Amino acid sequence: MDWNLILENSLKGFVGINAVYFAIAALGLNVQFGYTGLLNFGQAGFMACGAYGLGMTAHYFDISFWWGIPLGILFSVVLGLLMGIPTLRLRADYLAIVTIATAEIVRLVVRSVKFKTYFGGSDGINGFSSSFRSLGNDFGIEESDQYGFWPFKFTGRELWVLIVGWLIVAIFGFVVYKLMKSPWGRVLKAIREDEDAVKSLGKNVYSYKMQSLILGGVIGTVSGMIFALDRGSVQPDNYSRDLTFYILTALVLGGVAKVSGSIVGSMMFWGLFTFMDNFLRQVAKDPVSIGNVTIMKSTQVGQLNFILIGITLILLMVYRPQGVFGNRKEMAFDGR
Amino acid sequence: MGVERTYGEVATRARQSLRDVERGAGARKPNPILTADNIRREFGGIIAVDVDHFEVQEGSITALIGPNGAGKTTFFNLLTGFDQPNSGTWTFQGKDMSKVASHRTAALGMVRTFQLTKSLTKLSVIENMRLGATDQKGEKWWNGLFSAVWKGQEDEITERSDELLTRFQMGHMRDEYAGALSGGQRKLLEMARALMTNPTLVMLDEPMAGVNPALKQSLNEHIRGLRDQGMTVLFVEHDMDMVHDVSDWVIVMAEGRIIAEGTPDDIAKNSAVIDAYLGTRQGQSLLEEE
Repeated sequence: MDWNLILENSLKGFVGINAVYFAIAALGLNVQFGYTGLLNFGQAGFMACGAYGLGMTAHYFDISFWWGIPLGILFSVVLGLLMGIPTLRLRADYLAIVTIATAEIVRLVVRSVKFKTYFGGSDGINGFSSSFRSLGNDFGIEESDQYGFWPFKFTGRELWVLIVGWLIVAIFGFVVYKLMKSPWGRVLKAIREDEDAVKSLGKNVYSYKMQSLILGGVIGTVSGMIFALDRGSVQPDNYSRDLTFYILTALVLGGVAKVSGSIVGSMMFWGLFTFMDNFLRQVAKDPVSIGNVTIMKSTQVGQLNFILIGITLILLMVYRPQGVFGNRKEMAFDGR
Repeated sequence: MGVERTYGEVATRARQSLRDVERGAGARKPNPILTADNIRREFGGIIAVDVDHFEVQEGSITALIGPNGAGKTTFFNLLTGFDQPNSGTWTFQGKDMSKVASHRTAALGMVRTFQLTKSLTKLSVIENMRLGATDQKGEKWWNGLFSAVWKGQEDEITERSDELLTRFQMGHMRDEYAGALSGGQRKLLEMARALMTNPTLVMLDEPMAGVNPALKQSLNEHIRGLRDQGMTVLFVEHDMDMVHDVSDWVIVMAEGRIIAEGTPDDIAKNSAVIDAYLGTRQGQSLLEEE
C-alpha cells in the first residue's frame, strides 16, 4: 500500500480544482437555500449556462472568448427569471420540483441533435479556452512546467486555473458574507423563517426571492465557467442532477447559512472523496477475496466510494445536523 | 372587573366621538380610518365573509369578536391584502386598497400581526426589530455591499428598536434568538416589530392567545398605549375580559356577517351576541360583571 501516494492525492483533492468549482457553486446555492430557504435543485443548470456561455463564443458566435463571461451571466439571469416567475409565488417544495426539471431541460436541449449547431450536441464544445490559458502564460506561468512542493505539485496549466479559481472563491466569499450582514441579507434570512411575517412588514417578498435566486444562479454560473476552463471543454452530461446533489452534499457537510461552510465543506467533500477513492484503489489492486469468494474488484471502487459517501452523509445528518461549521444553537429553533 | 379606569385625553376623545354613533351593524362613524363595503369571500360553497358595511373610527380601539368560524381572521386577511375577496371594496385613509399588494400596506401605515405568532426564530430579537423598519437603503441589493450607505440609517433603526424593546420590557432579551422567547414574549416581540413600521393603524390578530394572565395585563396596557399615542387599533380576540377592558368599540361577527356593534357595555347586554356565542337557550352572559 502506497500511503505516500494516497496522502499526496488526498491533499491535492482538498485544494484542487474540483473543490474550487464546488466551493463557488455551493456559495451560490447557499445564498438560495441556506439564507433564503429556496430549494434550488437546479444549480447544475446555472453552471451549464456559464460553461455554454464560454463555449458558444468559439463554437457558434465566433467572437472573443471574453464575451463568454457576460454571455454566460446573461443566460443564467434569463434562466433564473424563467424558473422564478412562475414558481416563486408558490411554496418551496414546488420550486424544488421545477428547478430540477428546468436543469434537466437545459441539459437535454444543449445535448440535442436539433440544436447541434448552437451547442455542439452530445459531444459538447472544445477548444475555446486558449485565450484564458495564454493569459496565464502572460503572467509567467508556463503551461507544461511543474510548480509547487510536495504534496501540492501542479502543472502550470492546473496552477493558473487554481489561482483564478481560488481568487474567485475569495471574492464571492467576501461578497456573500458582506451581503448577508447587510439589511438586504437580513430580509432574505427573514424570508427563510416566515414569508408572511416579512410581507406584513412591507417587504416585497417575491422580488427578494427573485434577487436571491438570480444572485445564487450567477455565482453558480461562474462556477460552471471555472469547471469548463479546467476541462478545456463543455460536456452536456457533466451538468446533470448528480452534480447538483453533490454540491448540496458539500454544502450541508460544511454547514448551511455559513460562508465558511460552503468553502470548507467543498474542500472536505473532495478531500474525503479523493482519499477514499485512492485508498480503496490501493486495497483493490488485487481482487480482495475471502477464500474463493471475491469481495471487491478494482472496477467496483467507484460504486463503493459513493456508498461510503452516502453513509457518511447519513451519519452526519444524525449526529451533527448543523454541519461542521453550523451553529447548533440556531438549529435548535427549527420553527417549521 | 370593577376597577374604575381613568382615560387619557386621546382615549376620552375617541370614546366621546363614538358615544353618539348609532348602535347596530355597519354603523357610520364620524372619522373612519378604515371602511369596507360589500366584502364577500367564498371558499367553495361556504361563504366565509359577507360584510355589507364596516367602519373603524380613527384613534379608537376597536375589537372584532365572534365565535369560532365567524370569519374574523379571514376578514382580517382580506383587509390587509393577504387574501383576495370575491367582491367588494375597502379603503384606508380614503385610499382604495383593492388593488394594493399586501406588502405595500405597511408603507401606507397599516400593519398587522398574526394569530399564530410569526417571530423569526433564527434571527436575534434585535434583528427581528430592525427588520420592521421601512424604507431601508441597505435593503437594496446594490447597496448591501457598501455599508457606508446604510450604516447611519441602521444606527437610527437600532436606537429606535432598543427604545421599543425597553418599552415592551424586552431589553434584556435583545441579543437572544427569537426562538428562545416564550409564547407571550413572542407576542410582545411581534407587536413591537409591527410598531417599527410607524403605523397609523395596528391590526392585531388574537394578541392574547396563549398569553399568561400576568402578561395579559401588561399587553392590555401596551394596546391602550398605542391608542394614547394616536394610533388606531383593530384587534380580533376571544378573551372577553380583555375586550371589555380595552376596547372603545366592539364589532361582533357571526357566520361571516356583522351582527352587532356598540360600546363594550352595550355588547355585554346584547341578546343577539349572547345567542351567537352560546345558542339561544342560554341565559347567562359571558360578559356579565363578576
